[in-house]
Amino acid sequence: MKEWRYLIAEQRSTLLAIGIFALMFFIYLVNHPAIEGNGFTATAVSNVSQTAANKAVLLAFVAMAQTLVVITAGIDLSVGMIFILTNCLASWLVVGTPLETAFGVVVVLGVGLLCGALNGLIVIVGRLQPIVATIATGSIYFGLALMLRPYPGGSVNEDLADALTGRLFGFIPSSLVALAVVVLVIWVPFSRSLLGRTAYASGSSEAAAYMSGVPIGKAKFLAYTLAGLLASIGGLFLTFFTYTGEAALASGNAYTLFSIAAVVLGGVSLFGGKGSAIGAIFGALAFRTIGDLLFVFDFDPLWQPLFQGVVLLVAVSLGAFALFRVRNRLEWFQ
Amino acid sequence: MSEMTRPAMLRFPKLFRRVDPAVATAFACIVLLLIFGSLNEPNFLSPDYLLQQLKVASFLGVIATGMMIVILLGQIDLSVPWCVAMGGMMACAAAAFGPVGEALAIPFGIFCGMLIGLVNGVGVAYLRIPSMIITLATNAVAQGLMVVYTGGFSPQDSATAAMRIIATGELIPGVPNAVIIWAIIGAGAVFLLTRTTFGRAVYAIGNRERAAYLSGVDTRRIVLIAFAISGALSAFGGVLLAGYASKAAQSMGDTYLLPSIAAVVLGGTSILGGRGSYLGTIAGVILITLLQSILSVMQMPEAGRQVIYGIVIIGMLLLYGRSPASR
Repeated sequence: MKEWRYLIAEQRSTLLAIGIFALMFFIYLVNHPAIEGNGFTATAVSNVSQTAANKAVLLAFVAMAQTLVVITAGIDLSVGMIFILTNCLASWLVVGTPLETAFGVVVVLGVGLLCGALNGLIVIVGRLQPIVATIATGSIYFGLALMLRPYPGGSVNEDLADALTGRLFGFIPSSLVALAVVVLVIWVPFSRSLLGRTAYASGSSEAAAYMSGVPIGKAKFLAYTLAGLLASIGGLFLTFFTYTGEAALASGNAYTLFSIAAVVLGGVSLFGGKGSAIGAIFGALAFRTIGDLLFVFDFDPLWQPLFQGVVLLVAVSLGAFALFRVRNRLEWFQ
Repeated sequence: MSEMTRPAMLRFPKLFRRVDPAVATAFACIVLLLIFGSLNEPNFLSPDYLLQQLKVASFLGVIATGMMIVILLGQIDLSVPWCVAMGGMMACAAAAFGPVGEALAIPFGIFCGMLIGLVNGVGVAYLRIPSMIITLATNAVAQGLMVVYTGGFSPQDSATAAMRIIATGELIPGVPNAVIIWAIIGAGAVFLLTRTTFGRAVYAIGNRERAAYLSGVDTRRIVLIAFAISGALSAFGGVLLAGYASKAAQSMGDTYLLPSIAAVVLGGTSILGGRGSYLGTIAGVILITLLQSILSVMQMPEAGRQVIYGIVIIGMLLLYGRSPASR
């Protein structure tokens, strides 16, 4: 009897994120013009969710990347730029015969890994603060993206793109399936490994983790590297959706910002050591749905940035409720 | 320090003895950049060109001053881009409202930035939200407000005469007004940081907020004021930039976030707070401006500039901005 209570308490923030998402998506579905017109038919729902999923999955990948770093009590302000850089790279390489395409995908993912590894090296071996270091590396990655694509353009293997952005068995959005596969292949093994637990431990209390003799440096390095890989998977999918590469500064900045919003909504503590990528994924899905609610209710799209900003502001302010639990004012200063 | 060097050191004015190695390194890098620049472009060392650089630097200097106070607290202000844009846009918007608006344009622009800063301050000091997060959020809100206000295009209002004069005029022949403004704000910041209880409290909070609180400092009020100052100075930087370009633009602030943080950190101010001098920030601002100037003199395309810029900042930080090894 007690066992499941612990389980729920442990996953409370993730469950909350899932709840927020479910509620928002329901409101979104009910008010969507395609469904208001046709009723709750399977095709209409699957059409709407395919479009919604394709947009939200991009943010979900970037948010997962951010989660890995945030768990170690760091932050990666370059995820958006890795996302843009790999998008530009993919628009050159992921074309042609299946073999060439496969080679391109491997190179794109490899570049993502390298970018993440560079961040990790600078933060861990170079001992620079993650904020400054990743803003600076973000500038480098954006510069490289601009070299690859001074003007928007390029193309992508459309068979692969359509397969990954279409529907499986005519109903399930395949981008969601891809997201699930990535979770199973990257997040689940990571969070269950020694290095994953070390990442949590060092985010929770680095001194205690050090005293326990766990490999802090390796764990952090792995977290930053995998973050780069996940961001590059996001970049790859962006190419699949848009069929082009574009070095857009505003888009990179927006994805970095939204990844933090998604992480916060998903219940990952920015002080490190708490939360899961699953929560962040649902945070990302919820954030995207909230942003799109405006369209459903026929607001002027001009209001979208303000609306998203206010949602973000409210979401981060919700953390302040913890202050009511503070018994000793000195706990403010942790 | 050995006995031999001590008397020699004593002969230096007090100011120089206090200079810490980071600031000295920053100044050394400036000299290196000047030499490197003059090799590429003979005009680089002419007084005209250097004054022009100083004028461009003063916009960054004003913005970096606010950033420095916040970083000294151990916090960070990522709302700079849209505080700058908001300051410029709102000042230009006020200018459209007849003579009264024209007179109030500059204060109104600064006031709008200060409001953003106040929201940041309340979030950080009273709601205990990490500064990195709340300032990103207010940045998004400010962006949203400006997008709604302008309708997604750059606004058509132009800067007032007063804004143009403080940004481009020369009240004292040969010395651009913008440099004088930076000097005044810099002097104010030095006074505030070294001669007032507010300044002492800022350093104390940066070192250990808990200890400052137990010593009787109202730490929350200090943090609130510091963020308000940062927002106001960012907006003032925006007002100056709008005066310089004679109108405000959508993304005018985007190029000031990394430079303002980099200038402060390259000037030897610890990103963890509690340590740093304004002299260092001056050095950092000039360093960044010279670097940008050299890259543009070399006619480097934007992409290359971004890459070199990031590499140089990381390289310099690795030289002297590393945090101590834990344990």
